[in-house]
Amino acid sequence: MQRREFIKITGMTALGVAAASSAVLPKDSQAAVDPGTDGDHTVATFCELCFWKCGVLAHVKDGKVTKIVGNPDHPLSRGALCPRGTGGTGLLYDPDRLKKPMIRVGERGQQKFKEVEWGEALDYVAAKLKDIAAKHGPESVAMFAHGFGGSFFKHLLNAYGSDNVGAPSYAQCRGAREVGFQLTFGTALGSPEVIDLENSRAIALIGSHLGENMHNTQVQEFAKAIERGAQLIVVDPRFSTAAGKARHWLPIKPGTDMALLLAWIHVMLNEGLYDRDYIEKYAVGLEQLKAHVADKTPEWASLETGLEASQIVDSIRVLAGARPAALLHPGRHTAWYGDDAQRARAMAIVNALLGSYGRRGGIYYPTKLGVPKYAGIPDYPHKFKPTPDKPKGKVYPFADESLAHGLRDASIPGTADYDIKAWLVYGTNLIQALPEPKKTIEAIQHLDLLVAVDVLPAEIVGYADVILPEATYLERWDDVVVTPYKEQYIAIRQAAVKPLYDSKPGWWIAKELANRLGLGAYFPWNDAAEMVKARLAAGKFDVDAVLKQGVALGARKPVFIEDGAPAVFATPSKKIELFSQQLADAGLDPLPKYTPPDEPGAGQFRLLMGRTPTHTFGRTTNNRFLSEVYSDNELWLNAQVARELGLENGTQVRVVNQDGVKSNALRLKATQRIRHDCVFMVHGYGHSAAGLNFAKGRGADDAALVTRIKVDPLFGGTGMSVNFVAIERA
Amino acid sequence: MLPTLLEQTTTRVNAEIDPALHIWGWEIAVYLFLGGLVAGLLILSALLLWRPREQPPSRILQFAPLVALALLSLGMGALFLDLAYKLHVFRFYTAFRPTSPMSWGAWILVLIYPVAALSGLVALGPDARAWLLKKLPLGKVLAWAEGKRQALLGATLAGGVGLGIYTGLLLGTLTARIQWNTAVLGPLFLTSGLSSGAAFLLLFKLDEVDRHRLVRWDMLALVVEAVLIGAMLLGFANAGAAGQLAAEALLGGAWTASFWSLVVVMGIAVPLLLEGIEIKKHLPLVAVTPTLVLLGGLALRAVLLAAGQDSGFRMLP
Amino acid sequence: MNREKRYVMVVDTRLCVGCKACVLACKAENNTPDGFCRDWIVEDIWGLFPNLRAEIRSERCNHCSNAPCVDACPTGASHKVDGGIVLVDHDLCTGCKACIASCPYDARYVHPDGYVDKCTFCAHRVADGKTTACVAICPTKTLHFGDANDPQSEVAQLLASRRHKVLHPETGCEPNLYFLT
Ligand SMILES: Nc1nc2c(c(=O)[nH]1)N[C@H]1C(S)=C(S)[C@@H](COP(=O)(O)OP(=O)(O)OC[C@H]3O[C@@H](n4cnc5c(=O)[nH]c(N)nc54)[C@H](O)[C@@H]3O)O[C@H]1N2
Ligand SMILES: Nc1nc2c(c(=O)[nH]1)N[C@H]1C(S)=C(S)[C@@H](COP(=O)(O)OP(=O)(O)OC[C@H]3O[C@@H](n4cnc5c(=O)[nH]c(N)nc54)[C@H](O)[C@@H]3O)O[C@H]1N2
Ligand code: SF4
Ligand code: SF4
Ligand code: SF4
Ligand code: SF4
Ligand code: SF4
Ligand SMILES: [Mo]
Repeated sequence: MQRREFIKITGMTALGVAAASSAVLPKDSQAAVDPGTDGDHTVATFCELCFWKCGVLAHVKDGKVTKIVGNPDHPLSRGALCPRGTGGTGLLYDPDRLKKPMIRVGERGQQKFKEVEWGEALDYVAAKLKDIAAKHGPESVAMFAHGFGGSFFKHLLNAYGSDNVGAPSYAQCRGAREVGFQLTFGTALGSPEVIDLENSRAIALIGSHLGENMHNTQVQEFAKAIERGAQLIVVDPRFSTAAGKARHWLPIKPGTDMALLLAWIHVMLNEGLYDRDYIEKYAVGLEQLKAHVADKTPEWASLETGLEASQIVDSIRVLAGARPAALLHPGRHTAWYGDDAQRARAMAIVNALLGSYGRRGGIYYPTKLGVPKYAGIPDYPHKFKPTPDKPKGKVYPFADESLAHGLRDASIPGTADYDIKAWLVYGTNLIQALPEPKKTIEAIQHLDLLVAVDVLPAEIVGYADVILPEATYLERWDDVVVTPYKEQYIAIRQAAVKPLYDSKPGWWIAKELANRLGLGAYFPWNDAAEMVKARLAAGKFDVDAVLKQGVALGARKPVFIEDGAPAVFATPSKKIELFSQQLADAGLDPLPKYTPPDEPGAGQFRLLMGRTPTHTFGRTTNNRFLSEVYSDNELWLNAQVARELGLENGTQVRVVNQDGVKSNALRLKATQRIRHDCVFMVHGYGHSAAGLNFAKGRGADDAALVTRIKVDPLFGGTGMSVNFVAIERA
Repeated sequence: MLPTLLEQTTTRVNAEIDPALHIWGWEIAVYLFLGGLVAGLLILSALLLWRPREQPPSRILQFAPLVALALLSLGMGALFLDLAYKLHVFRFYTAFRPTSPMSWGAWILVLIYPVAALSGLVALGPDARAWLLKKLPLGKVLAWAEGKRQALLGATLAGGVGLGIYTGLLLGTLTARIQWNTAVLGPLFLTSGLSSGAAFLLLFKLDEVDRHRLVRWDMLALVVEAVLIGAMLLGFANAGAAGQLAAEALLGGAWTASFWSLVVVMGIAVPLLLEGIEIKKHLPLVAVTPTLVLLGGLALRAVLLAAGQDSGFRMLP
Repeated sequence: MNREKRYVMVVDTRLCVGCKACVLACKAENNTPDGFCRDWIVEDIWGLFPNLRAEIRSERCNHCSNAPCVDACPTGASHKVDGGIVLVDHDLCTGCKACIASCPYDARYVHPDGYVDKCTFCAHRVADGKTTACVAICPTKTLHFGDANDPQSEVAQLLASRRHKVLHPETGCEPNLYFLT
């Protein structure tokens, strides 16, 4: 392909001397145009596009945020950001933001409101809350909260007399993992997960689609591990981004991971691949475990999982070959099949056998800095009533947070120990986050009051009686954040710009409500900035430095056993519990058992869901900036199956679930990248809220299709990947 | 060996770039067509006027250079319409970039104006001259030009050739577009310009000798065009994956139907046939044939312009 | 030593997760108009289920050493500056689009304001001694920017030690965007 050269040369010679003079009227055009997006100053704060809390620097120019970059001093961002973190301006300047307090005028769900002044809205809410406390007791008010600003409202609710706070980020998300690991090692993993990915020499992922799941530091460490040559094993029915980097991709039949895990344990024990010293020293129940998995051979698991036996053996050999710097990632969104806490147990057991708990490249013992409380806040005057988050008479012995769907169900009169009469909803879109959305809407119809504190007119906001528009994270101060992590640090959130419209920071809203409820003593400070500075000063931090850097680091402390961190296991036996007496005592399986999943009917596929790097659930799908690179979700279907169904890549399709719920139309992605028996879509699309002008009607809503769940007997979590769909042309 | 690439996705959706390049539309097709037509007109008129005649030539020949200028202006108008930054059109003339055909073109276009205008004066018959001199004080200029008649016609000829080659070279040098990546494009556009020029003249009243000459020339040009198209396709066939892609577009792809029906059949085969019949049977030439040739010339530019933009390295592994 | 700089970008395809932070950071840094991008992500999948192979690339203008876009430009608007960075001078640009047609990588587009735009290698930042916006944001450290003619530079060392390729070398453009494989 040297023709360009050729033409150039012939052209030049043919046209001769002219070539010598290259330009008449030369103009010096060296410099590049500076787009001028640097701020005249930057404000160090932390991100709220998801819940990871990365440190960012907001560039501010003429009172506007021009761009958001990573804060190099912050241990969770290390100067880099995930794509969503750059998109905060898309939220701040979203034309669809909630702009003024509103009170409902139409029926619930009709989305008819009138704008009111803050005074009126707050008076209204306070009066109702007083009334409800008098009639039903304060505990009949529940709060749903996701996001850091919720802390002020939780404080308010506690002062008011209720501790009924739930979030879909537990029973619909991390819960199963926390329970499984807590039962085994005595401690839950929290967020950020206390895993040392960066030093792992081999990593196995069960589903966890790192790279699409974009928790910043985690992905940074994941990449670092790959760069350092870590071996990667990815178990996923879908050829995820991570699978694309793996040495072993195990395209497992959905819902059969337990069989794989048991076979892995079988191989480890049989081939002596586990850490004998470590297990001997720290664990109980090895013999029971051995007996339990004696017949769980790779050949057996092969039949259940659709994987090849040799693949099962090879992959665990690779993982175990790197121990103790080997990690079976504990997962995060683990609300899949209803036996999820037990699956997490099996994963914990694999990690125990790898000797990775407390070890470099495994799971570490976090450290954290202390920051004194603001002085002079009175203690809560009440003993809280137990949370009615389970059906009457039902126990979930190992739940250690409230179940959001349980609180919802308790709002349908007579189902729980007592009825919930009012909801305070902060930063969680229950319509899309909870399974069985019909039930959510039914529960709402029974409420005396639903207050939504949000930044956008999400679906749940449309059902509210009172809407309180919060200022976005770039416009407000919040409390100090203290994170248990590898490094000790604290961070602050400070306003980069003034709140737009008539929105108010959460602390202000909570404080104003407290004043009206006679609880002003619980909010003794004037504003959050004052409160934060006072706390920092009391903790002997250099306040100015923290304000400038947005973060303060503490001295490094050992977080691995080999560095001197004490090997502590807070289980009843003070050991790693391979065999769980606690579970046995509760009448549950002391060792994880495999139950084959239900099979899809003819023409049906199991519906799987997940993340796309540029969005956080439905939280950002109205963010026009982020949507520049991904604006609609797609339905992933195996290309061969698509051909058999006569469907082409790009066809508009709808899915219909086993209960007849039909989705919006969405684009078909016919791909080699998924098994034949399941379909996949990114969660958070198909918005129906009228005010989300950009997101409304885009793509399909997976949550609407989750009309069935399987409840985890250990903690009440909701397995949501138990729905089947058929596909039709749109 | 690499397994076959099955799925490629990209996040880029830049307007006029994705999914396929579409930066140049009808304006550039018209510009290229008129450029070729003008080149043909200039060349043919210079040739036909080369030898001074006893009788003034047919009216259209007398006016051919000036008509060419009018058409050239139209072409430049189309080019101007295509510019995304119209206010900066003058920037073409604050630089000369020898590596840029576009720059050559810009300068050739303005150089042609005075040359063709002066040839135009020389070409005028006595009646037209007299009329013009009454209106405009061009006596001196005309006298001067008359003295340089041969040189002016030579320059017009050269300008025409330059312009004709340029219209082909413009696309031909853009080797990023696989479809245009052929050395044949320059000669092809030049030939097509000649046949368009001839066809244009044939739309008007001509004396028999000129008419015969033009028809012969046009037939020759059409035959050469057909040969060049054949050569282009053969060239593609021997140019690996890229050539295959380029050939496919014309032989079994998106542009096949329009290429064969409009360019080859309507624009070349049918006119050739008609002209052959007309010449053999001494039939009076009707406007149909030249019109087809002109439309064919326009179609050639339009189809290749579109097919070329539609073909890029992104389509290669 | 006073040798000429050659700025290059090195993209480690093994690390890239296709998250598009680089695309968005570029948009924010350079105020790119809605609907247009200067960098983009290409994901290639080879094979048939379940034997698949993936490559994810963050792509942008190659700042070709032998840049056809500069050659094609009639006004000198497309030009090279120190270090081989290819820029478009907005003031000289006519929007004739010859450069767009000439770019085998389709890296350019017409800015709604009329001039042609593309990746500048963040020349305004590089002039200040900073790295590019896309490099700075990348959470996986996939992207590296620097002077390939400086043997001490990270990019030179990566190119010396790792297997790499450029896209469509057959164009003869001599791209300066390298992909580690
Ligand atoms: N960009 C982005 N990142 C996020 C979020 C976000 O919204 N956007 N949300 C954050 C939050 S809160 C969470 S909880 C996490 C969730 O992130 P993860 O914990 O990684 O998400 P999951 O939903 O558990 O995993 C989805 C993956 O599991 C696969 N999968 C589905 N069923 C099965 C199965 O039966 N077996 C196996 N082995 N794999 C299966 C799917 O194909 C998909 O690849 O992401 C976090 N990170
Ligand atoms: N079907 C299905 N259901 C799921 C999942 C799934 O994959 N599929 N994933 C589950 C998981 S892992 C989780 S963690 C949960 C998460 O579910 P949610 O807790 O609902 O989380 P988000 O979707 O982030 O909640 C977003 C709400 O917070 C609002 N918001 C954003 N910023 C602010 C702010 O600064 N202040 C206030 N007041 N509001 C703000 C948004 O406008 C939006 O209404 O969903 C779970 N539910
Ligand atoms: S992971 Fe991304 S969205 Fe979440 S806090 Fe960090 S930068 Fe923000
Ligand atoms: S930011 Fe980095 S990891 Fe993300 S797509 Fe760009 S190059 Fe790849
Ligand atoms: S990639 Fe395209 S725009 Fe960039 S220098 Fe090369 S030819 Fe020019
Ligand atoms: S569009 Fe502008 S930069 Fe491109 S070739 Fe034309 S004048 Fe040059
Ligand atoms: S170097 Fe700068 S202009 Fe080029 S893609 Fe990266 S951020 Fe954009
Ligand atoms: Mo979650």
